[in-house]
Amino acid sequence: MSRIPISALIGLVFTGAYFLAALFAPFIAPYGMSETVGDVWEPMSRTHLLGTDSIGRDLLTRMIYGGRTTIFIATMATLLSFTTGAVLGFLAAVIGGWVDQALSRFVDLMMAIPSLIFALVVLSVMPVTIPVLIMVMGLLDSTRVYRLARAVAVDINVMDYVEAARLRGEGRGWIIFREILPNALSPLVAEMGLRFIFMVLFVSTLSFLGLGVQPPNADWGGIVKENKEGIVYGISAALVPAFAIATLAISVNLVADWILNRTTSLKGGRGG
Amino acid sequence: MHPILILVSQRVALGLFLLLAASVLIFAGTMILPGDVAQSILGQSATPEALANLRAELGLNDPPVTRYFNWLFGALQGDLGTALTNGQDIASSLGRRLGNTMFLAFWAAVIAVPLAIFLGLLAVRYRNRWPDKLISGVTLASISIPEFLIGYLLVYFVAVKLGWFSSVSMINDSMSLGEKLSAIALPVGVLVLVVLAHMMRMTRAAILNVMQSAYIETAELKGLSGFNVIFRHAFPNAIAPIVNVVMLNLAYLVVGVVVVEVVFVYPGMGQYLVDHVSKRDVPVVQACGLVFAAVYIGLNMVADIVAILSNPRLRHPK
Repeated sequence: MSRIPISALIGLVFTGAYFLAALFAPFIAPYGMSETVGDVWEPMSRTHLLGTDSIGRDLLTRMIYGGRTTIFIATMATLLSFTTGAVLGFLAAVIGGWVDQALSRFVDLMMAIPSLIFALVVLSVMPVTIPVLIMVMGLLDSTRVYRLARAVAVDINVMDYVEAARLRGEGRGWIIFREILPNALSPLVAEMGLRFIFMVLFVSTLSFLGLGVQPPNADWGGIVKENKEGIVYGISAALVPAFAIATLAISVNLVADWILNRTTSLKGGRGG
Repeated sequence: MHPILILVSQRVALGLFLLLAASVLIFAGTMILPGDVAQSILGQSATPEALANLRAELGLNDPPVTRYFNWLFGALQGDLGTALTNGQDIASSLGRRLGNTMFLAFWAAVIAVPLAIFLGLLAVRYRNRWPDKLISGVTLASISIPEFLIGYLLVYFVAVKLGWFSSVSMINDSMSLGEKLSAIALPVGVLVLVVLAHMMRMTRAAILNVMQSAYIETAELKGLSGFNVIFRHAFPNAIAPIVNVVMLNLAYLVVGVVVVEVVFVYPGMGQYLVDHVSKRDVPVVQACGLVFAAVYIGLNMVADIVAILSNPRLRHPK
């Protein structure tokens, strides 16, 4: 922990700032979320640090609340995707046989359809609410986690200590949670960063297309959508949330990269 | 029979099977979800008569298996049904829009593929020097940036500030090729930027992998220049992985067009799909989903087949 590379430090600071802003949104935001406080598309000023949006709401306030929605949805979807993907992946690796075949072929099939397209197909008949969004995104993405978890667990499953636990008479639950999970954690945690970014981009894209978070609530993708008409008149309000998405994604990426490097060097250090 | 024919036909059969399974999945995704489709299309305030009418029109009173096969056989004969919202034939409106989307994706590919391969070669030639570092930096940034940000940045700076191209890419049949190309310049630019970095990076990795072979060392030891070694010896052996990368990115391009078309109001498949998802026009969504899945699966299949064909051991068996 002593030496954190500068890139990871930048990533940590930005990621931390975004998460803190999301947690304490009501305390930080200068105005109410859907409060009209000025003219349409006012430029940046002392009272409105980022200007105002398409119907005169404070853009900074919208950004803080929007970030809260984006980060909340992305975090929940990542958690769902990880629990589903990892549990199924470990089960497939430990049980093997037809269970493994059935799950793996099903995942192959799911991955043969682009996830954005499949999400759009499903959302065309589902009510677009935040829980539904989290479910759809999390389950679609769990296919990728499943692949990784299964690949890692298949390697661990043939280790001597797992064999020893089996001979000792431990059940499947013990093998999965006490033997495989602790040893599979580091690649999974590094992957989590990438999945989180993917979720942020995914929910922003859906909202930008008008099929994600519905008004009056907004997330960053939705704020882009609300303000996109301004671009043609040279008003940059729509670029602000898009820029926030990009910086959040890049900072999480920097942190994930660092964790990945750190855990791989740890493994090397063990003389493995 | 030639072993390569067997391999290729196996791969084609697998592709067709995947497509069939994908069609089941797309159908199931819209039909057997919790809740009533007719209800969610019309909303809570719908009258019972309207609900019953829509159910009859969608064939919701038949069992799901019958409905699936009716839909599938219709689709195989080019009959994708009619749109709920305007009653138009889906196949004909889809065909025109698919053509527009392919036009967009084609020009993006024509620019992005050679550029990415050239820059990938450059990165290998100057490995660990500044061109290489720059390329990996740009890659990191580009996978973190949503497509619509790149789109709006281009609109803001190129179309609005510089006034070079139009911010809206409307095209129609009466335009000449030059006018069409000028209209799609910005969306093509976005698509190129979206796939370029990824393709470049994977090309670099593929060639670096080949560079560790013994014959590369031989080529270096007999005194060939750096670019000659890469171009004459490493590149031909890296073609299979590179084609794979290109195909994967073209498949990605097909999905990327959805967002880009919405940004630039381009009359293609993506715009059509997104419009009808929000109108809950299920037959159109199914048809679009099927076409997108078919293109995606098809490109992946071509990638695998090219990999098989480019392997000399399989082409000339003993």
